[in-house]
Amino acid sequence: MVDGWSCPLPLRDHPRVTLAHGGGGLLTSELVDHLFIPAFGGAAAEANGLDSAVLDLGEGRLAFTTDSFVVHPLFFPGGCIGDLAINGTVNDLAMVGAVPLALSTAFVLEEGLDLEVLGLVATAMGHAATIADVELVAGDTKVVELGRADGMYITTSGVGFIPDGVELGPTQVESGDVVIVSGPIGRHGVAVMSLREGLEFETTIESDCAPLAGLVAAMLEVGGVRCLRDATRGGLAGVLYEIATDAGLGVEFDAEVVPVPPQVRGACEMLGLDALHVANEGVLVGVVEADRAEAVLEVMRSRPEGAEASSIGEMVERRPGMVIARTALGSTYVVDRPLGEQLPRIC
Amino acid sequence: MSGPETFRDADLARRLLTGIGRVTTRPWSLMEVCGGQTHSIVRNGLDQLLPEEIRLVHGPGCPVCVTPISMIEAALHIASLPGVVFCTFGDMLRVPATESDLMRKRSEGADVRVVYSPMDALKLAEELPDSEIVFFGVGFETTAPANAMAIETARSRGITNFSVLVSHVLVPPAIAAIASSPTNQIDAFLAAGHVCTVMGTTQYEPLVERFNVPIVVTGFEALDLLEGIRRAVVQLEAGEARVENAYTRMVKPEGNRVARDLLDRVFEPCDRAWRGMGELPASGWRLTETFRDFDAEVRFDVPELNVPESPDCRAGEVLQGIIKPNECPAFGIGCTPRRPLGAPMVSSEGACAAYFRYRPAGVSGG
Repeated sequence: MVDGWSCPLPLRDHPRVTLAHGGGGLLTSELVDHLFIPAFGGAAAEANGLDSAVLDLGEGRLAFTTDSFVVHPLFFPGGCIGDLAINGTVNDLAMVGAVPLALSTAFVLEEGLDLEVLGLVATAMGHAATIADVELVAGDTKVVELGRADGMYITTSGVGFIPDGVELGPTQVESGDVVIVSGPIGRHGVAVMSLREGLEFETTIESDCAPLAGLVAAMLEVGGVRCLRDATRGGLAGVLYEIATDAGLGVEFDAEVVPVPPQVRGACEMLGLDALHVANEGVLVGVVEADRAEAVLEVMRSRPEGAEASSIGEMVERRPGMVIARTALGSTYVVDRPLGEQLPRIC
Repeated sequence: MSGPETFRDADLARRLLTGIGRVTTRPWSLMEVCGGQTHSIVRNGLDQLLPEEIRLVHGPGCPVCVTPISMIEAALHIASLPGVVFCTFGDMLRVPATESDLMRKRSEGADVRVVYSPMDALKLAEELPDSEIVFFGVGFETTAPANAMAIETARSRGITNFSVLVSHVLVPPAIAAIASSPTNQIDAFLAAGHVCTVMGTTQYEPLVERFNVPIVVTGFEALDLLEGIRRAVVQLEAGEARVENAYTRMVKPEGNRVARDLLDRVFEPCDRAWRGMGELPASGWRLTETFRDFDAEVRFDVPELNVPESPDCRAGEVLQGIIKPNECPAFGIGCTPRRPLGAPMVSSEGACAAYFRYRPAGVSGG
């Protein structure tokens, strides 16, 4: 969350982003030294000004990932583009069982952007990185002309350390494994959509945006975890289809058991959406060995980001690549596979 | 009023199913008219749970599905004009015309925006006084009052840069067309609850008399649908044909007076082409003379477009319940939700799309 930001002295001549802020000159340096570094706080303590970050690596393997963030609007209930940019990449690392080590941050800024906005976003990034225990070690800023971007775009890349013995992925999944969801679904998508031009509606729901690396570490400690995915774009349905397809197995789950907050359910009914398709930024899907599932769930529920973790279904031999929902009435239906973004730019 | 969960109770649903099983002695074909009902049936797997004598046929009540290609071409034409901001419900973005769709037009630079209400489009017209805001007014009697309200509001506020591409269609003429078809196989109709919320139930009396079919006004939740089906079967088994209201918590016989008066002021009946069903007399609405200057077709001088349907697409027969979606040769081969030939494969309410998603499981059970 964002606490606030006040413009430091050297930047006050230019309260808005100008093209010169991306020119590589003094203004660029000022932006780095007086906005990003202080805003990132302790998370950027190791930033050294070199072209590449050099990281010590002992045993194990290195995970490396990158993601771009183009959310509109930049601030939404429960977070902002800065939180997403950190947590999104942290979570991508966590899903392969990596302990996130360091992130780079690259900004494309639109000329005219209020520095206060940039400061708030950068501060949120510093907070999020501190909470996720990850360092921000490299960065870049470019500015494009007014009208050529929508405020700002952020790209973060991250590296993480995968301890020996950790091997996660759909190829590890077996028939009979239990499918777990870490928390209530649909909150991020609904929070962002509630502000969208053309469909503003009032909701108290906040984005679930959160780092999941700590939760994953706790799950891995229990053992029996085969595959993890964070249910971002495409929602729960999208992730279940990816796992089913890549594992060559089917997924069957109880539609009634999936945790859907009432506000998300209401918004989806109003907008004609399926909560299973709505994006999350702090929910993971885990596939876990059946006899370890209860122990994993117990550990998850002891943490705030996994407090409402539930077992929703299982992997099955029949109908490989398909995701089947069981209704409370005893019938089944094939879950709709999300085709693409009906409502663009939510992360 | 209680929330929708009340109408999804599993125990009550089982009791209704048992009740339907008890009264059913012969095969019956029931058509649910509305696409929202089709969606709910598939989503709840109701067709798997009904006695095998009961066949549910999916009707033409998906507004996206019945919008003819010529109307989509008109939309594409208007959306491509300079200075136009074209506002539409999201479903219409991907409906294919001959060569393009609204989504592709957008990627080519047209200003196409998804809105959830014509009032949002009207708001945009006030915010962008130098643009022409056009709303794609698609839908049955349910969406028409909001469009009428937007148009009346535009008139009263003197907003002149707002217009509507009107593509309204009406349920009773579609039921008449299906019931009078020589190939008709439908024994009873489940009328669309939300349409009746606006229009009331009296419009259906002449249809019942003319075609001797039960028409049961039905809601959208699992229990609503099961109750509608049960009442239709009870009538059929007793050899009766009446208009019956199984959705009394929403529908009054006279409908919504205020909405109907508004509709009478803004719209008048006209012939409309239905995708796959051809032109049906007095089956749609257009703006009355008083409001004709808000008609986007008039304002932008849209040329008469007569566009043939794909010869491989049998959407018309699907929409009339003559064939099931999977009986179309193109189904799942030349026509999928990703590359749809016909509109019923596009909309989430479309029968073909519902079948496509449902089919590969092979779990129909019914």
